[in-house]
Amino acid sequence: MKTFAEMNFPGRLIAVEGLDGSGKSTQIYLLKRWLEAEGIKVYFSEWNSSELVKSATSKGKKRELLTPTTFSLIHATDFADRYERHLVPLLRAGYIVLCDRYVFTAFARDVTRGCPPDWVRGNYSFACAPDLTMFFKADLEVSLSRILEGRPKLKFFEAGMDLRLSSDPYESFKIFQGRILEQYMAMSKEFNFIVMDANENVEKQQVLVRKLVSEKIDLKKFKRRSPLPLPPSLLGDPESKEELEDKAA
Amino acid sequence: MNAKKSHKFYGHGIPRVKAEDLGGKLIVVEGADGSGRSTQIAELVNWLETNGRPTVQVGLKRSTLVSEELEKAQHGNVLSRTTLSLFYATDFADQLENIILPALKAGFIVLADRYIYTLMARDMVRGMDEKWLKNLYGIAPVPDSVFYLSVEPEELVQRNLSKNATLDYWESGMDLGLSREVFDSFLKYQTAMGEAFRQLQKAYKFEIVDANRSVNAVNKELRKKISAVLDGE
Repeated sequence: MKTFAEMNFPGRLIAVEGLDGSGKSTQIYLLKRWLEAEGIKVYFSEWNSSELVKSATSKGKKRELLTPTTFSLIHATDFADRYERHLVPLLRAGYIVLCDRYVFTAFARDVTRGCPPDWVRGNYSFACAPDLTMFFKADLEVSLSRILEGRPKLKFFEAGMDLRLSSDPYESFKIFQGRILEQYMAMSKEFNFIVMDANENVEKQQVLVRKLVSEKIDLKKFKRRSPLPLPPSLLGDPESKEELEDKAA
Repeated sequence: MNAKKSHKFYGHGIPRVKAEDLGGKLIVVEGADGSGRSTQIAELVNWLETNGRPTVQVGLKRSTLVSEELEKAQHGNVLSRTTLSLFYATDFADQLENIILPALKAGFIVLADRYIYTLMARDMVRGMDEKWLKNLYGIAPVPDSVFYLSVEPEELVQRNLSKNATLDYWESGMDLGLSREVFDSFLKYQTAMGEAFRQLQKAYKFEIVDANRSVNAVNKELRKKISAVLDGE
């Protein structure tokens, strides 16, 4: 698996991986905010978010139609759509692409569900490797308590209920997450994961994230020619303020 | 009672499904639109059921899981080739696990109106890697017989036009930009598909049936060959 840099793409891809509740999404969001403020061409892509495939995936999940094989294939379809439609053109155009989860999520989850590792990896072999992969490793108990604190209603597949590990969703979720963590750790070396201590506080982690990114990538090469305007939500857009006041009244 | 003959998967198969548990028979009919596939299958079902054999039919784009979305995606022609390929594989896998495998376990005769070979041939014509496809479709059981109904592209044009008065966008490979004109594109695409099938035939050993002939002549040949497979039980 070659990286985008090795394949001579002008852009670079940074991925974050980790269990639910590891804090990786917060970290990549803060990284994105910083890169934007630095005037860098940046794009953010999330796992399982392709518009077209979404309706099939949510139908499959809601009606519990998915097996390990179709679960794997439908996520691969979703990934391929985002990869071909967004990631590749943006990376050709010299963007820094940030991915909240990448192929390793599939490698860990699908194998935990019983799919053969080389089958899963083969299906995703059209994708290049990230130029930087940060794996957010929190103690299993910490991740679990972050997710389970509010006693949310866990979804069937999210809790790994399809694996019949336990009839209690919370118990099932715990066992399932533990197994996924094992899969992640087993591939950490092979795919050059940078293992981040996700038990550390958020600000300290972000300092390290930014340091790692600027060491790995020569950021000034990725600057926009013209500055990007701030998003309206941060400009204190008078119109939206009025709306809020209207609602309050 | 006849001994049950077990099946094999092309690759790893499906998690927790043992190939030895699969009885029944899996018969595949492949061929372009206008090759007479559906007519032949209808005749075969009639013949088999009259003879007291339980049958089940599957085909492409018929899964509960994604057929609707796949239809929509194709209509807008918005998916790139890897995405479309994986979407079709999802459709196939859903039918495989929900229809084909349970039917084989129950000893049914499964008639597949197209199988992984059409999907592979379409992708190969679009430049996808054969090794990648082979891994992807390692989930499929090896059929007991595969018949490829071969019809000359010129004859396919005539049959499609007399039936629909138009040539289908995808069956003409219009997404490939082979020609601006659908007529020329159809001929070029079907020729390329024929070549892809012949290439696959070497690896997957299916029987090429000359379907330029009449429905009855073709059906007679298919029945004879299928009878031999069933007698071998």
